[in-house]
Amino acid sequence: MKLAVEKLSVTFGQGRRRVEAVRCVSFGVEAKGSYGLVGESGSGKSTVLRAVCGLAPVSTGRIEIDGKPVEGRRSLAFARLVQMVFQDPYASLHPRHTVDRTLSEPLAIHGLNDRHRRVERALAGVGLDLSFRFRFPHQLSGGQRQRVAVARALILEPEILLLDEPTSALDASVQAEVLNLLVRLRRERNLTFVMVSHDLAVVNHMCERLLVMQQGQGVEELDRQALGDRRVKTGYTRSLLKASEGFLR
Amino acid sequence: MGPEDAPRPGIRAWLTDDVPQSRLQARCVQAYLAWRRLAQNWLAMVGLSIVLGLILMAIFAPLLATHPPYEQNLQDRLLPPFSAGHWLGTDEFGRDLWSRIVYGSRISLTIVALVAVTAPLFGLTIGTAAGFFGGIADNLLMRLTDIFLAFPRLILALALVAALGPGIENAILAIALTAWPPYARVARAETITLRNADYISAIRLQGAGPPRIILGHIVPLCLSSVIVRVTLDMAGIILTAAGLGFLGLGAQPPLPEWGLMISSGRKFLFDQWWVATVPGLAIFIVSLGFNLLGDGLRDVLDPRSAPR
Amino acid sequence: MSGSLLEVEELQVRFRTPTRTVEAVRGVSFSLGRERLGIVGESGSGKTVTGRALLRLVRPPGQVTARRMRFDGQDLLSLCERGMRAIRGGRISMVMQDPKFSLNPVMRIGRQLTEAMRVHGGGSRTALRKRALAMLEAVRIRDPERVMRAYPHELSGGMGQRVMIAMMLLPEPDLLIADEPTSALDVTVQLEVLRILDGLVRSRGMGLIFVSHDLNLVATFCDRVLVMYAGRVVEEIEAKRLAEAKHPYTQGLIDCLPKIGAQRDSLPTLRRDARWREAGA
Repeated sequence: MKLAVEKLSVTFGQGRRRVEAVRCVSFGVEAKGSYGLVGESGSGKSTVLRAVCGLAPVSTGRIEIDGKPVEGRRSLAFARLVQMVFQDPYASLHPRHTVDRTLSEPLAIHGLNDRHRRVERALAGVGLDLSFRFRFPHQLSGGQRQRVAVARALILEPEILLLDEPTSALDASVQAEVLNLLVRLRRERNLTFVMVSHDLAVVNHMCERLLVMQQGQGVEELDRQALGDRRVKTGYTRSLLKASEGFLR
Repeated sequence: MGPEDAPRPGIRAWLTDDVPQSRLQARCVQAYLAWRRLAQNWLAMVGLSIVLGLILMAIFAPLLATHPPYEQNLQDRLLPPFSAGHWLGTDEFGRDLWSRIVYGSRISLTIVALVAVTAPLFGLTIGTAAGFFGGIADNLLMRLTDIFLAFPRLILALALVAALGPGIENAILAIALTAWPPYARVARAETITLRNADYISAIRLQGAGPPRIILGHIVPLCLSSVIVRVTLDMAGIILTAAGLGFLGLGAQPPLPEWGLMISSGRKFLFDQWWVATVPGLAIFIVSLGFNLLGDGLRDVLDPRSAPR
Repeated sequence: MSGSLLEVEELQVRFRTPTRTVEAVRGVSFSLGRERLGIVGESGSGKTVTGRALLRLVRPPGQVTARRMRFDGQDLLSLCERGMRAIRGGRISMVMQDPKFSLNPVMRIGRQLTEAMRVHGGGSRTALRKRALAMLEAVRIRDPERVMRAYPHELSGGMGQRVMIAMMLLPEPDLLIADEPTSALDVTVQLEVLRILDGLVRSRGMGLIFVSHDLNLVATFCDRVLVMYAGRVVEEIEAKRLAEAKHPYTQGLIDCLPKIGAQRDSLPTLRRDARWREAGA
């Protein structure tokens, strides 16, 4: 297992305001695999990703990468192993930083040299030409921003990429472009994906296995074939599947 | 550089380029666009010209002044405005009011500049640190801020000057020490809303430590609202300095500080009104200038004000 | 009643700023009976502006012109602002995407609901309250008494959106313009809200303009669909037959959606054609 999550629970707050966002969720992703977490808002799917990279507190359970447990403050080495792409491309890029600064800052943090060439390569890798290099986020469209966000996540050459609804804020045609980009990058760089989405069709397209989540718990684990054939066991998954077909009278 | 004295087409094209070739150009383009928006606001331009006028006056004081500021001439004492050789009149020692106002601008500007640099810097540091770290650090720093905020500003400045002894340097120090808490408040509030933004999470994920996040990512976003506040506070700073001078705790005679000048003119207010009124008008105009400029800057810089 | 409720011919919306002019809507014509009309398109296609222009809610510097814009025999173009206010929220209502910006945050829900009715005619306080409660029940809010006492921030997104819809339906409009009314909601809640709207169209004969980016949803929910691209209607088609769409843009939009069970290595992407921008393409 590249990434293993075992009996993970995440709680926020204390006393009466205690919220159990994630309750005893387990799953594993093989190296070069692609795993999906599906659910509606409040299902805790994004919180799982945030817990993996240390942005949400783990109350119980284990997170392992390559068989080694990950806990406490994340190290610089962790940053070069796991990166994340966020949901809203309008909120995930610093509004006062140029694309160039956004991309070269991680290189500076990690003391990598040859920054100029790496930034150019990163832009080319996500299909943006060099004219974008010194633009600010507000000069870019949603799809272009999300490409920059992907380039930022990949510039440290991580092995695991966490994707938090990377296309839900984008138009359908732009979504297709970004999804194609992600598929291509995964193949080229042997990446392991964990993708969160509310859209079963997107997860079905992107991931070999998936976990349906509801109110912080894992409801049902499926592989791509089973979902495609609609062989689902729980009523909740069935209702999600039905809802994805649109409005039925 | 105004829109009228148009820069050469080459420079303008470089400044409005949608595809900047370097970081420097990208920054210049942004600054130019902000300037263009500011330039559309004529009240802000009035404010800016007043402030620029003040700065020029301070720089070229020896050229603009018609008399040495300390030169007494008891024969010409208390001359009304538009007298021969003294177009704003003279004070009780026969010193030329215009020349004293001109030299006084240096003092006002020094006070403003020193306070405007130190207080926001201190406030920003405290505020962003409190907001970013939260918990105990936040509690400690903000309660300290609350203590400072609980005193009326002038009273606290008075107490500080009384402890440190009167004088212009101590007045500056006192004003700076009383001016920072509002900036800390603003910066903290801003930091708390920014702290959980995705782009902060992203840079954190890339291994950045608190100093880098605060200085490189949070401070630049707080800066615009702080700049706006500083500009709007400038008037208050000048007034406080004048107030201290007026009470005899700031600049000491014979310095041509404007507040001090009002204070000494007060004795003749009914018969020789101009002695107090002329420096009063100077304070009024300069305060107005800073306020107008601050309002204009807010429209340009404050992310919350609606884009036009 | 089969006559058309709304007729629009050559609707144009321009935004003129000192530096440039943006033509958001360029000659849109359609008519609407007591049916569900979907307007789909990507962001920037002018679908939202079209909805707002019908109610003359386009803010300056936006300018609305049209050869004809008639609602139930009344000319919406020449109507005075006062007459327009009577129509807005009375005979034509609008539901926006995000309830958070449409509800007054410091007023209880109950008061907002009754206030809305008092503006358009009214009745006694208790009668209004009764109607409000009934409407909240109609939009399937489980505990309407509690919701009446609540402030907007105490409601979840789905509840807020349902309250919005209830508020817009209280004056019993003849036409409801719904701009992405459900895209902020979870799929299961989304369908529930649509079911409510569907029921109202059927039982009361209300006309509905449903603005959305979600082709799948529009295809299954509406009777007729206008597909917009760059401020123009590129295709008008019966919703059931959307899969047989002729225009390459519509086809492209349908194709680029991932589908469950379809194993595709990569999704087809949309190749935009400059000719689509022009009329008659």
